[in-house]
Amino acid sequence: MKYLCLVYDEEANLEAMSGSELDGLVGECLAVDEELRKSGYVMASEALQPVQTATTVRVRNGRLSTTDGPFAETKEQLGGFFLIDARDLNDAIQVAAKIPSARLGSIEVRPVWEIRQQEPRARRC
Amino acid sequence: MGDPPAGAAGPPLLTDDAAERVREQVEAVYRSDSRRVLATLIRLLGDFDLAEEALHEAFTAAVERWPRDGTPANPRAWLVSAGRFKAIDAMRRRARFDASRAELAERLDTDTGDAAGWDDEGVEDDRLRLIFICCHPALPPDAQVALTLREVCGLTTEAIARAFLTAPPTVAQRIVRAKAKIRDARIPYQVPSRADLPDRLDTVLHVVYLVFNEGYSASSGVALTRPDLSGEAIRLGRLVIELMPDPEAVGLLALMLLHESRRAARTSPAGELVLLGDQDRSLWSREQIAEGSALVERALASRRFGPYTLQAAIAAMHAQAPTAAATDWTQIVALYDVLARADPSPVIELNRAAAVAMRDGPMAGLVLIDAILARGDLADYHLAHSARADLCRRLGRTADARAAYERALGLTRQEPERRFLERRLRELRD
Repeated sequence: MKYLCLVYDEEANLEAMSGSELDGLVGECLAVDEELRKSGYVMASEALQPVQTATTVRVRNGRLSTTDGPFAETKEQLGGFFLIDARDLNDAIQVAAKIPSARLGSIEVRPVWEIRQQEPRARRC
Repeated sequence: MGDPPAGAAGPPLLTDDAAERVREQVEAVYRSDSRRVLATLIRLLGDFDLAEEALHEAFTAAVERWPRDGTPANPRAWLVSAGRFKAIDAMRRRARFDASRAELAERLDTDTGDAAGWDDEGVEDDRLRLIFICCHPALPPDAQVALTLREVCGLTTEAIARAFLTAPPTVAQRIVRAKAKIRDARIPYQVPSRADLPDRLDTVLHVVYLVFNEGYSASSGVALTRPDLSGEAIRLGRLVIELMPDPEAVGLLALMLLHESRRAARTSPAGELVLLGDQDRSLWSREQIAEGSALVERALASRRFGPYTLQAAIAAMHAQAPTAAATDWTQIVALYDVLARADPSPVIELNRAAAVAMRDGPMAGLVLIDAILARGDLADYHLAHSARADLCRRLGRTADARAAYERALGLTRQEPERRFLERRLRELRD
């Protein structure tokens, strides 16, 4: 059985951390990630960029609409995910618009934080 | 980047006068071309902040070198080239601490090494790219406006804050966050594909309209208008039409031209505000009226027009009336009725009320304005109170008129308007 483990943080708490505290947390996350990969549990894991980088995509009456931010309406529940590799945000928006739920609900497009390829300064994991 | 960079001292080869002339030339180029240079630098460097730094460096270099070497034949290309070299240089210096920067510097050096794409046509494309990225729908609406005014039009953060009645730090933060999102979410620096254009264009037109308004009726300051800002908006409007002759884009350009045609008549030689009815119509620009009217016809003929075209049609009615008394108010009220259905807003209701007052008399207009104010809409909008004051004055309700003029006076931030309202108040006392 596969399970998706969703990671929730209070961004304000992470932003309030000192550089070394944050580096410590990121290091810990990367260590746990590596251990879980070795033991065969983890199939994919990524850190996300902060919520300000989010864009919501909807298609209504055949017309694509793009807005800033995550979709705030509480009656929609998380129903799935696509991890995509796109050229840029416009490309990602076009891909998101093809997902049928863009017509019925909404797709939040959030860039991945390439945490493994960066010097220690990531904000969340 | 509101001001040109500070000048270096003139070199010994030039007299002080000649050095001063070159400095003035640099400043003139800054005013006319700094945004174009910035737009191209953003494309070449792929980063807003890097490009702004490079722009500053390029103008600093111009101040130092043009007095010595003479002003280049194509100052814009010179500045782009200088800015690009400075940026690559700076990246190489920083590369000693950061290997990824070295790579970036090398890539930029080979990618953008040839001068192709720095021609004037390429530069205009860059400005379009810049406006489309600043008006990207993934950015919050208030950030779109702030970023466009800052990056495309070169307004200072303070001027933007005044224009939209917010604090400068708020505007600065919006701009910083917008740039962060462009970078972090990788919003591309490109003109949208034809399929995306209609959606993307709506946002752009709205931003252009707001820029024009700020230039046509500056929200504060000593002058009533900022011709350069309106000119900028009109130029942007033309560029958009060139790219996509959308009826509403045509309507918006018509609206801007028809308003702009009255600029010379809107202020007296002493800088006093002159209302539409009192304007010397011989000062109106016939050329702009002709172009604007033709564009209105074109937009209306498409049958796919919207609020901008309707407002332009109203402006055209005014522009075509030989005298204020000969204005077709019945037709204008009818157009406002359509507009109020297409795009309901209290400001449109206010304008409609003023037109009704002209058609049916001041009392009919006053009833409508009082209804808007009674709802709590426009309570802090100075033009609502000055319109109300004017109708009260015409009805002989002097005390009401005085109170409303005073209310308007307390709300306006514009010097000529303040003087106009004070003059009206004095006339009521006499």
